[in-house]
Amino acid sequence: MKHSVCLLEAVNLALASEMRRDDSIVLLGEDIGVNGGVFRATASLREEFGLKRVMDTPLAETMIAGLTVGMSTQGLKPVAEIQFMGFIFPALEHIICHAARMRNRTRSRLSCPMVIRAPFGGGIHAPEHHSESTETLLAHIPGLKVVIPSSPARAYGLLLAAMRDPDPVIFLEPKRIYRSVQQEIEDNGVELPIGKCFTLREGSDITLLSWGAMITETLEAAAALKEQGIHCEVIDVASISPLDTETILTSVRKTGRLVIIHEAPRNLGLGAEIAATVAEKALLELQAPIARVTGYDTVMPYFRLENHYLPNTQDIIDAVTQTLEFS
Amino acid sequence: MNTQNHLQFLDCEGVPTQALPKWAEEPDWFLKCYHFMVLARQFDTKAIALQRTGQLGTYASLLGSEGIDVPVALSMQSDDVLVPYYRNHACQIIRGLPLEDAFLYWGGDERGNAAIEMGKDFPNAVPIATQSLHACGVATAMKINNLKQATVTFIGDGGTSKGDFMEALNIAGVWHLPVVFIINNNQWAISVPREIQSAANALADKAIAAGIPGIQVDGNDVIAMREATNQALQRAYEGKGPTLIEAVSYRLCDHTTADDATRYRDNDELKAAWHREPIKRLRGHMVNQGWWDEEKEKALLHEINKTVQKSADNYIKMAPQAVESFFDHMYAELPEHLVEQRDWAVVKAMPGGSHHQEGE
Repeated sequence: MKHSVCLLEAVNLALASEMRRDDSIVLLGEDIGVNGGVFRATASLREEFGLKRVMDTPLAETMIAGLTVGMSTQGLKPVAEIQFMGFIFPALEHIICHAARMRNRTRSRLSCPMVIRAPFGGGIHAPEHHSESTETLLAHIPGLKVVIPSSPARAYGLLLAAMRDPDPVIFLEPKRIYRSVQQEIEDNGVELPIGKCFTLREGSDITLLSWGAMITETLEAAAALKEQGIHCEVIDVASISPLDTETILTSVRKTGRLVIIHEAPRNLGLGAEIAATVAEKALLELQAPIARVTGYDTVMPYFRLENHYLPNTQDIIDAVTQTLEFS
Repeated sequence: MNTQNHLQFLDCEGVPTQALPKWAEEPDWFLKCYHFMVLARQFDTKAIALQRTGQLGTYASLLGSEGIDVPVALSMQSDDVLVPYYRNHACQIIRGLPLEDAFLYWGGDERGNAAIEMGKDFPNAVPIATQSLHACGVATAMKINNLKQATVTFIGDGGTSKGDFMEALNIAGVWHLPVVFIINNNQWAISVPREIQSAANALADKAIAAGIPGIQVDGNDVIAMREATNQALQRAYEGKGPTLIEAVSYRLCDHTTADDATRYRDNDELKAAWHREPIKRLRGHMVNQGWWDEEKEKALLHEINKTVQKSADNYIKMAPQAVESFFDHMYAELPEHLVEQRDWAVVKAMPGGSHHQEGE
């Protein structure tokens, strides 16, 4: 059966679908039960799966993460929601010091098959602390996987994969595009691979790499540039950890030019790691310096100025033009 | 719901201070308890000796906690889950952790967390108080799966100052989780004494805000510890929810082998604490009951000494893990970039490589 869903509804569809298949999946978080989540990602799941599988927790992120670690070692597959990524920091000790290390430090005697979902990123005129993109902090931690969908279909397929993964997965949902695009998807239980990029548009002149909400502007820029006869290859990185360097390198070797686009601050953003990897492995195949289109190294401005912070389509077009002009 | 003050059955000499429970008429449990307390202490002595001679890493001594860990471990069922902090080796050993593996852990080797005998018990929590929340997660799993099991978790007096501990008591209360929290209040968090941790009259009083029962127990008195633990476990098995036990003891050792308590602790206080220590107290009771004498003591010490020495010898003979082992358990399946880095590490460890070590 096909469903026309937005990214947010695709998250809901994947959760319900996998919970029907796998009794060991339980959800926990703030306001996820009766209220169905502040964005409604877990809407109606309490009614279908009951109190024991859709748990409203007290308001304490450290506790949510700590419980998730504990449950995951005992045969359950908890999927925790952190209401906004700006509130994930109290949970980090449990994610970094325990979830990410449990398998290694017990030589696989125990492991933490768990998912932590959190909406992230700017552009919805939200209160302070509700708009940051801090995905690099988590991508830097060995033992985690960090996945970011950029369409309803990828949200569905990647969240299924996250729930089936034997290791902890951080699933970051770009809330700016939660409801912006509808897509027909079939609730067929087919997952998409974690650790693989998705090539959204093929092109021979330049490679554009992005993830999450910025995929929207990246695709817009590619479409506009096509009008000028410039053929962009657009790749959705999707899994920012582990990174699919093979797909990235193959594309860069083909086009010789690379622009990396992300909303997160420039300094030590994932763009830096990708640029370093390309420099190490494909320097002589580059025809121009790698360009980055990113947020600034500032505190995310409060919403009146957030559009000045967020990269836009013109920024990407400008970066592509400059990269192509380099000789 | 209020906290109860200081449950005690035996005074410092092992003389009853009130009528003993019925089960205390039989010697078997006491003999077993004594055996493990002596074993724990000899393990501890050996571990410190190994550390002082460069054969073990920084080690957290258990000295003074035997009267807590041993009765607790003996009260637990094998399918209960232990979520320890880093001073529960006595409890872990009774639950099946081979002595060799206990040495191995403090000797810097992850295999010390891997023993199959540990079942689903957690490895040591080194960050403070995080284990309290993991225990609640484990207990939530038990509850969801309708298992008649309990989770037991320990924490030091210093750890009770952390938010994780309070968040754990809170959720355990709200969800009626089958979990037993045991505070080893040994009066010192490295150099910081109990009165600087909290203005609470008793740490067990922290249960009040969470709406759960809290009880303060003489942690040098194995009868009191068994009584309190059994009651708490029964409550958990019967679906009545969590209990907080504050076991009052004294850290008879330095914080770890990297610490020197003479810098901050009065020697008279330590001397007075030795007067209250748990092994002497239990032995006093057993002698008074006619269950124990010099000869039995000598035989036990000899037997345990042999066991501990053999385990230490076995530990020392164990070769380090292969270098690639620190890659192989990062994920269920090794990602591409780690396959590449693993190869580098293996090559560098080979003869002629930059990280090659003689004997590997």
